[in-house]
Amino acid sequence: MAMADMREPIESGCPDGFQYMHPVMRKNFGQWKYHDDPQPGVLRHVAHSGDEIYTVKAGTQRILDIFTLRKLCEIGDEYADGYIRFTIRSNIEFIVADEAKVQPLIDALTEAGFVVGGTKNSVTSLSHTQGWLHCDIPGTDASGVVKSMMDELIDEFKAWNMPNRVHITTSCCQINCGGQGDIAINVQHTKPPKINHDLVSNVCERPSVVARCPVAAIRPALVDGKPSLEVDEKKCICCGACFPPCPPMQINDAEHTKLSIWVGGNHSNARGKPTFQKLVASGIPNNPPRWPEATAIVKNILKTYKEDAKDWERINDWIERIGWPRFFEKTGLPFTKFHIDNWRGARASLNASTHIRF
Amino acid sequence: MADKHHETPMLDELEKGPWPSFVSGIKRLRDNHEDERIRKVANSLLGQLEHSYETRKGYWKGGTVSVFGYGGGIIPRFSEVADAFPESKEFHTLRVQPPPANYYTTDMLRKLGDSWEKWGSGLQTFHGQTGNIMFIGTTTENTQHFFDEINDYGWDLGGAGPCVRTAMSCVGSARCEMSCANEHAIHRHLVNNFTDDVHRPALPYKFKFKVSGCPNDCQNSIERSDFAVIGTWRDDMKVDQDEVKAYVAKKGREYIIENVVNRCPTAALCLNDDDTLTVNNKDCVRCMHCLNVMPKALSPGDDRGVTILIGGKRTLKIGDLMGTVVVPFKKLETEEDYESLVELAEEIIDFWAENGLEHERCGEMIERIGLVNFLEGIGVEVDPHMVNNPRQSSYVRMDGWDEEAEKWFQRKAEEKAAAGA
Repeated sequence: MAMADMREPIESGCPDGFQYMHPVMRKNFGQWKYHDDPQPGVLRHVAHSGDEIYTVKAGTQRILDIFTLRKLCEIGDEYADGYIRFTIRSNIEFIVADEAKVQPLIDALTEAGFVVGGTKNSVTSLSHTQGWLHCDIPGTDASGVVKSMMDELIDEFKAWNMPNRVHITTSCCQINCGGQGDIAINVQHTKPPKINHDLVSNVCERPSVVARCPVAAIRPALVDGKPSLEVDEKKCICCGACFPPCPPMQINDAEHTKLSIWVGGNHSNARGKPTFQKLVASGIPNNPPRWPEATAIVKNILKTYKEDAKDWERINDWIERIGWPRFFEKTGLPFTKFHIDNWRGARASLNASTHIRF
Repeated sequence: MADKHHETPMLDELEKGPWPSFVSGIKRLRDNHEDERIRKVANSLLGQLEHSYETRKGYWKGGTVSVFGYGGGIIPRFSEVADAFPESKEFHTLRVQPPPANYYTTDMLRKLGDSWEKWGSGLQTFHGQTGNIMFIGTTTENTQHFFDEINDYGWDLGGAGPCVRTAMSCVGSARCEMSCANEHAIHRHLVNNFTDDVHRPALPYKFKFKVSGCPNDCQNSIERSDFAVIGTWRDDMKVDQDEVKAYVAKKGREYIIENVVNRCPTAALCLNDDDTLTVNNKDCVRCMHCLNVMPKALSPGDDRGVTILIGGKRTLKIGDLMGTVVVPFKKLETEEDYESLVELAEEIIDFWAENGLEHERCGEMIERIGLVNFLEGIGVEVDPHMVNNPRQSSYVRMDGWDEEAEKWFQRKAEEKAAAGA
């Protein structure tokens, strides 16, 4: 096609959301008084005007085929008011004004294979990244991990059994575009990249790759007479940061790419300040199609938390109260030298006191 | 239908169990879709994914694909195993910006799905981790056709690469009693001021805006965005004492003391003998816990605005960073208020574009140059709300002390005069 025939884009940016909002929400925008929770998966919001709006939340497979999308729309039209939204964790929310529609909507969703829940103190759906389905650097799959885990955690999604809400996330590389929450299941590489020296100089902008390394372990080198890059394997932390800018530095390995589990990440300012998640388990095999080892550890942590934490304690609040030694004791997970941080700022994570629980 | 299917014994395992299966969904496209093109793409995709499951490796590589007039917004994917799985050899994703808080009508969802069925794989995700609608899987040629079609009815690409990225907002004032801000206005004022920086990647690295209506920060904005805008209030929280008494009557005094009063991080609450609640609003840090437990009794105050934190990001390259308070409180009521918000974002992005190293996030630059240099660069005065505690190291040159102290007293005097005026 000649350039002259190309269509100029309309740079409209982010569209106006009010046009897609339920009329009751539009009318009461900024005027909501309180909400309550009639049953798992259902929220009722009450406005100062006296208006009410119901939300029915359901888990999906996130990667939606057109048939599934149309089914969700069909249910939205027949049983709800044609207005929906998606949460940050890819749950779908149907918004309805009439309480009488709530139960038929739940029944229709359940009948069609969707799972109603994910509100209040439940384990809501895992948020995840792209994985093998679409990413260019993934160490593992994402959708498959979520499917496997949610099959096992579905009862916790549908109920209010946890001390507080639980957000689980995954990330399929160590850049971690996902992978933060109360429990994060993230890729952990354990060996330095394997370099294809025939390709490096043609494919990679070598100074950028050198600059990308967090520990300055990469340097330019001539290998077999060819300009390439080499890695100081004693310094290398196996993070894989060099792999995206330089695909011939393959970091993923069928055996040595593992999973780590981190807990206690909390985005909210409620009670304490927001926290990042901390390492609790690693060396977990990257074991498709169902990753049973990772799921077993997650279930163990959830079980311990459920039995031991007080109401309203998120996982980080709970561990802050009982202390890390007791967390490892209660979950039976090993505490190793790898749990002691040595990255910048690590001293702040060391115990400089006699505060010890016996 | 006589299409020959790739065997997928490992993926078949993901069709078992009660949670909805994405594998079954892709198989529906392969087996039941009327368009042969979509059937073949789905079959090829399943074949390549099965190969990944068998070998535990990914087989997509990036490249350069964009639509006419833009430099970003597409995630190009070319298969490295196209010989074995040729029908999905080009499998690009279009990132499309959703409205703030991800509201849709079913009519609009259907329309988007119809367009994607015409030009793409029939697979989509609401939403990716950055917040985009992800239309997953099409050829270089059809990328342009699909964009042209949906752009005509109001949808635009998001960011990909070193650019301003698609923003995210919580459910917000449209449905939540905790929200202290108009997330829609904030979100669109900010990101739509930077459409050029969204579509034509030319910054040191990515830059993300996220908006949460209250300090519960449901968008993880402090952890995950370069520019976090969070609703808050600075007058007294509202207490409905009758509702407090109703909670006490329902849950018991011990429960309220244990779960509300004792969990207050600054000991700002007291449950009185008559089952009313006293709040020391000067000590309250607006953490939201007591409001979350008793939403019917406790509400944010009326003098609302936002707190702005800068520099949050995930691991690469120097480790996870939380955002830092740069604006403790800002009113957002008038058009001028919004203009000054956008100007602050412009100042920050300009300063970072000038001073950030290649592939350095804004927060990493602040870590490298120090918060004070950053504040001076963007013209924001220091404030004790920006720190957990003052410096504890004496290793600093302080021969400008008197001038700096004078600045503080002058600013305080000006604030007092302004408040009195």
